[in-house]
Amino acid sequence: MKFAHLAMVSALAIAAAAGAQAKTLVYCSEGSPEGFDAATTTAGTTMDASSDAVFNRLVEFAPGTTNVEPGLAESWDVSEDGLEYTFHLRPGIKFHTTDYFEPTREMNADDVIFSFLRQGDPESPWADYIPGTTYEYYNAMEMPALVKEIRKVDDLTVTFVLNRAEAPFLANMAMPFASIYSKEYMDQLEADGNMAALNSQPVGTGPYQFVAYQPDAVIRYKANPDYYKGAQKIDDLVFAITPDPAVRRQRLEAGECHVMPYPSPADIEAMKANDDLQVMEQPGLNVAYLAYNTTVAPFDKPEVREALNMAMNKQAIVDAVFQGTGVVAKNPIPPTMWSYNDAVEDNAYDPEAAKKMLTDAGVENLEMEVWAMPVQRPYMPNARRVAELIQSDFAKVGVNVSIVSYEWGEYLKRSTDPTRKGAVIMGWTGDNGDPDNFLAVLLGCAATGDGGANRAQWCNEDFDALLQKAKVTTDQAERTKLYEEAQVIFKDQNPWATLAHSQVFMPMSKDVTGYVMNPLGRHSFEGVDIAE
Amino acid sequence: MIRFLIGKLAYLIPTFIGITVVAFGFVRLLPGDPVLLMAGERGISPERHAELSAQLGFDRPIVVQYLDFVMGIFQGDFGTSLATRRPVLGEFLTLFPATMELAICAIILATLIGIPLGVFAAIKRGSAFDQISMGAALVGYSMPIFWWGLLLIILFSGILGWTPVSGRIDFLYFFPNGTGFMLIDSLMSGQKGAFASALSHLILPSIVLATIPMAVIARQSRSAMLEVLSEDYVRTARAKGMSAWRVVGVHALRNAMIPVITTIGLQIGVMMAGAILTETIFSWPGVGKWMIDSISRRDYPSVQGGLLLIAGIVMIVNLIVDLLYGIINPRIRHS
Repeated sequence: MKFAHLAMVSALAIAAAAGAQAKTLVYCSEGSPEGFDAATTTAGTTMDASSDAVFNRLVEFAPGTTNVEPGLAESWDVSEDGLEYTFHLRPGIKFHTTDYFEPTREMNADDVIFSFLRQGDPESPWADYIPGTTYEYYNAMEMPALVKEIRKVDDLTVTFVLNRAEAPFLANMAMPFASIYSKEYMDQLEADGNMAALNSQPVGTGPYQFVAYQPDAVIRYKANPDYYKGAQKIDDLVFAITPDPAVRRQRLEAGECHVMPYPSPADIEAMKANDDLQVMEQPGLNVAYLAYNTTVAPFDKPEVREALNMAMNKQAIVDAVFQGTGVVAKNPIPPTMWSYNDAVEDNAYDPEAAKKMLTDAGVENLEMEVWAMPVQRPYMPNARRVAELIQSDFAKVGVNVSIVSYEWGEYLKRSTDPTRKGAVIMGWTGDNGDPDNFLAVLLGCAATGDGGANRAQWCNEDFDALLQKAKVTTDQAERTKLYEEAQVIFKDQNPWATLAHSQVFMPMSKDVTGYVMNPLGRHSFEGVDIAE
Repeated sequence: MIRFLIGKLAYLIPTFIGITVVAFGFVRLLPGDPVLLMAGERGISPERHAELSAQLGFDRPIVVQYLDFVMGIFQGDFGTSLATRRPVLGEFLTLFPATMELAICAIILATLIGIPLGVFAAIKRGSAFDQISMGAALVGYSMPIFWWGLLLIILFSGILGWTPVSGRIDFLYFFPNGTGFMLIDSLMSGQKGAFASALSHLILPSIVLATIPMAVIARQSRSAMLEVLSEDYVRTARAKGMSAWRVVGVHALRNAMIPVITTIGLQIGVMMAGAILTETIFSWPGVGKWMIDSISRRDYPSVQGGLLLIAGIVMIVNLIVDLLYGIINPRIRHS
């Protein structure tokens, strides 16, 4: 007690002596970032530490939503044919002034063009600036095939010319990989032969600027005094890296940190009961599902898939496994996403009818595999338990299930094998809030085949035609109709048993104000304050 | 002595080669590969998989990759982490002082408590003290570290509020990372209270990491002491009328310590394993936690480089112990 007490008293004395009434917010983050280059990562932890804290994009997701709003671009125009997006940049945007870089000019079109070209141009010195660099999101969002040209109209106007119309393009531009970098800083690093520093000493335009990173321990930021939306209310932001959820909880309760992500589901009730804490929650932008292999008999028959879905007591599964942290899913997209078709009726739980349908379809004594992933995912707390419950439900209709599992990497790979036997438990968390990012990525014809994310190997021409049409339609009302129609076809064909959408929790001190949960699972501290 | 040293060093060469093979092979024997994990649920086409594997050098024959790894080591290049894309050696050296600081504190704690406990238990053989202390040692030895760590956190940090929950120092203190040893850096920073904060953060992790070695050392000290106490020269010393403390302190203890020193040396290796869990519980930024992260990401260069470096350190510590053993016991040296 003496040590801790002494340390605290002395430290407070120092702070007081320095006249520093600095407000420090400590976030007990769940892991170490891979680095600070937002364009090269696919990991949420790295995005939190880089793109959300340090960078901005031309357009941003409005806080708490997946709606796109102006960011570094104050406005934009889309050509009639949907092939040209012209962004009008906000004047007077300043990059961070740090110990290692002092900008001599404000952000302009060159920075924007450079931020994308370095990812798309294989000849750029930045293409492989550290051996092993890959721009996975730039590739995954099909930017190389999509972007024909990025044209500088003037210092504050940039036009992206596309090879084809693509409605989700704007949402893509709000994703972490589309963060805007300082060309001046990167030129300086290149001239100094110190390009690797881009990944360890970031310079952006965001609400906080990077101060220091002690690997695996702590990341320090301070408020950007020149932030275009005004300086932040907290002066210092600290990420205290704390991988164990039980320890994160202890730290939060002991006042060592103000906010923590990913609580253990078993701790949530106790934290809600703690008067010093508040627990925010919202539905995650995700879905967990069981994908049949629709190219392998008897799962190639929609009526067999429907019968199996009817044999499954999904409410009981969600109650047992998610323990109040999830809701039953009926559509392949979550209820919080625009174009969610609430009129769709889920397959009713009716084992008797299911048994009859199987018999009518000529299926008897069916032996099948159900694959359970070996890891916890944001959309799935315990796949093994889900598989066991499915096994028990299916046994009631005469279907004998054997449960299969592999190491996670192998699971990911083998589950995409077009000849896979049986059904696989899988899930998805949205990247950009666009329905196309669920429906086309997971159920489109282009995603079938070895290595594709369409693990049902389901290619329905009508469904795919709707997705293709929606992709090139810029009017959101029109797109909504198309996606709603697609969900009806999906439910009619049942390539998956949709299982659940999980709830995301964010415990924090009662003193924290202004925190807004991000539906995409990012953690941003813009606009956050600590009550005195 | 020189021949003894050369003999010991000669043993290290085949051991080192063996470790490079194990370190290189171990991570590749695990199913799954880093490219698949990077792609996640989205999946990855066989073409893109091949392209990324080629970019990372995994498409080359396994023997070429191994030789490349070994040749790199001789040039001080342990490879580049796939995740952070920083040199593995640099990452290791940044994190290792934290592990070393914790391990040194733990081994000091384990020795300072373990040896007297074992010696007194031997002297008072069969007494209540002997029974209780050796019973406690057995419990300590069997304690699951993860559970034990959380228990201490909940009690001392959560309920009593005596110690900080985790980390190396309070976030109010901020100074450059000089030696990497927080106790030294906090002293050198001149910031009032920094050293006390660093020390208070060391208490619980040191206790947790020291628990198993302490139990082993106590039990080893007891049995070594019992053996020595039954030797003829101890009986002679007693017969000559020497005080009990002199018999134990001068004659028995020195001889009893020979196997104990070996045990302490071996505990350094055990501690490296314990550090992995201890560091994870206490958010201690050392190499143990780093290895866990690297294994789960299939970060081949970090895992193989890290394993080799840890094994190398354990080998060097064991060599030093062997040499110490030789100094204490001339029979070993001349055999």
